[in-house]
Amino acid sequence: MDFSLNEVQAMLADSVDKFIANEYDFDTRQGYAGSATGFSADAWATMAELGWTAVPFSEEDGGFGGSPVDMMVLMQHLARGLVVEPYLANVILAGGILQRIATPEQKERWLQPMMTGELHATLAFNEPQARFELASIATTASREGDDWVINGHKGIVLNGDTADIIIVPARTSGDERDTSGITLFAVGSDAKGVSRNTYATVDGLRAAEVHLDNVPIASDAMLGEVDAGFAALDATIDEATLAICAEAVGIMKVLTDKTVEYSKSRVQFGVPIGTFQELQHRMVDMLSACEKAQSLLVWAVMAYADGGEEAKRAVSSIKYLIGTDGRRLGEDAVQIHGGMGVTWELDVAHYFKRLTAIGTLFGNADFHLDKLAS
Amino acid sequence: MHVTFSETELAFQEEVRAFFRDEYPDDIRAQVDAGEHLSPEDQVRWQKILHARGWAGINWPVEYGGTGWTPVQKYIYAREEGYANAPLMIPFGVNMVGPVIYTFGSDEQKQRFLPDILASNVWWCQGYSEPGAGSDLASLKTKADLVGDHYVVNGTKTWTTLGQHADWIFCLVRTSTDVARRQEGISFLLIDMKSPGISVKPIILLDGTHEVNEIHFDNVEVPVDNLVGEEGKGWTYGKVLLQHERTNSANTFRSAYRLRKLREQAAESVRGAPPLANDRNFMRRLAAVEVDLKSLEYIELRTLAAVASGKAPGPESSFLKMIGTEIVQAIDSLYMDAAGYYALPYRPEAGVGENNEHNTSLNYFNHRKVTIFAGSNEIQKNIIAKHVLGL
Repeated sequence: MDFSLNEVQAMLADSVDKFIANEYDFDTRQGYAGSATGFSADAWATMAELGWTAVPFSEEDGGFGGSPVDMMVLMQHLARGLVVEPYLANVILAGGILQRIATPEQKERWLQPMMTGELHATLAFNEPQARFELASIATTASREGDDWVINGHKGIVLNGDTADIIIVPARTSGDERDTSGITLFAVGSDAKGVSRNTYATVDGLRAAEVHLDNVPIASDAMLGEVDAGFAALDATIDEATLAICAEAVGIMKVLTDKTVEYSKSRVQFGVPIGTFQELQHRMVDMLSACEKAQSLLVWAVMAYADGGEEAKRAVSSIKYLIGTDGRRLGEDAVQIHGGMGVTWELDVAHYFKRLTAIGTLFGNADFHLDKLAS
Repeated sequence: MHVTFSETELAFQEEVRAFFRDEYPDDIRAQVDAGEHLSPEDQVRWQKILHARGWAGINWPVEYGGTGWTPVQKYIYAREEGYANAPLMIPFGVNMVGPVIYTFGSDEQKQRFLPDILASNVWWCQGYSEPGAGSDLASLKTKADLVGDHYVVNGTKTWTTLGQHADWIFCLVRTSTDVARRQEGISFLLIDMKSPGISVKPIILLDGTHEVNEIHFDNVEVPVDNLVGEEGKGWTYGKVLLQHERTNSANTFRSAYRLRKLREQAAESVRGAPPLANDRNFMRRLAAVEVDLKSLEYIELRTLAAVASGKAPGPESSFLKMIGTEIVQAIDSLYMDAAGYYALPYRPEAGVGENNEHNTSLNYFNHRKVTIFAGSNEIQKNIIAKHVLGL
């Protein structure tokens, strides 16, 4: 039994911390978030140079063969800077699919350029009618000789505005909510029939509604086997869920630290507000939520890595806790900061918004508690 | 980062599992499973079985008869003990006064008291709280005046758990009022319950049990040899003891056992009713407690790992106490709701209900105490606010 970080993990954490301390203060982040693409191409290039975009991929694929624990460490530390570069969309979502089912040729075409930062990719995991059900896919792909034609509407496609490649799960057989009959395709965002309605999300990131109108897809852009795409989709979303939960735990700790600090300096009624017992107990609740979430995250990551029957429960358990305790923690952080907490100017509000968005992403607390209850 | 056990640790786990399978008496197990309170005789019988195996002093140093186990072994033991739903040790001797005596006591006191504590030959109780000193323990007023070679003790202690069976009591008493801070001038005294001037008055709890008492001291003479450590340092010694008490209040694996049983029960039909598992609201509440419990288990593990790497356990014990006791109460609540109407009969003489359903509400009522004792959970929050957050 050992909960310490190994040498590589400690170095990874250190390298992320240095990057944020030296190149990624809050004002810089706000500048990037407000730019045309919503992130900095230079910062993204730096992240690729530092090797972070290659962490989860096998050495055979040109990656570092990182473990789920490595990803947890990386995400927790990136969280401290509220990094807006499209790590989740590229590396975890698109990368997650490609590493699982792409052929060597397809990896060379899309995965390797993604790792070097030359190509942007994302995964269209949601449709407007699906709510949180991953298998709810109405988008269709039909045969056209050897090739395919895709029709449908994908919602909240993360970084869908800048992605060169959008991985599209489409129904090739079965009913709308069947897990079988789903096939994955790599669709060029400049392909004929693809139109995008792009927007910012509340947490300062970018997404798009992607409409696919008779989009012709060559057969070599199909990923994996026909009708059998759900397993890779499901596993990728599980890993992405763990990754954003790690990010959430990182944010929870930052918010707790900042709130305690603020309560020591903010004076009202002639004393620091941190001397009031009501606020002290709320901050203890925040710390308690951090302890619980960090501990459960460690279990979840290890249980998931083991791949046993607890793996699914692990993912839903941590996501549920982030969706409940995490949301409450964010609300308390704002409340204790008083008027300052509701300003755009203060970083606290932006940590809060990201934490809240994570609560919804890949299924909210109700959705995951329901899974745990059955 | 990993939570796998070594070969040696796995062998140890097997040994512990076999012990609870083979040595835990069926008649005691049946009572504990039914949520009954054990008689003092059964309690002592079980503790003597542990002692015979050499496992009474889990946390004690080897030189005083302890196990000398690593933190991982202690964790494995606690897990197996919980999964076996074995009785909780009466903590006052082994977990509370024992560590104070071997840490701060004289050689004479160690020889005189420790072997009988470990062997459960002597029943101890705790004299901390007073009618006017609950959460504010430092305001205690029971006084001990030094007269020649003994102290004369006067005052009242309360909430004394199972004091009606006790042979000895350890007390925090005031030996000086001429102090700068109220925490000073308090001393740690060991008192023979047979001493003239001691009277024990029962306090009946809301579930009708006689679990606690009020103890009056009327000019009770206590030899000066029964003072532990230095006069006036009792508060420091008492705090060490409370940290042990809090860590032990987490109850992680007993809670795990109870939740697992409840999930099993929920899948079955009782009295021809549809299984509770069909009740979405109930199952969602159950699942939410399971998540909390899993996080508690890993808080405990991470604390253990920190201790194993040489860090001292500190105010984190307050988290374990707080979260652990809230979970105990949440489980009580689920059990009571699972029983429906059959949680209402009070100690029925003849078989009413199934699975001892009448004990579900009694446990629910009785366990209100767990968030109150060992420093209420609100006091734990004060401790964390001060010592961890620096507020």
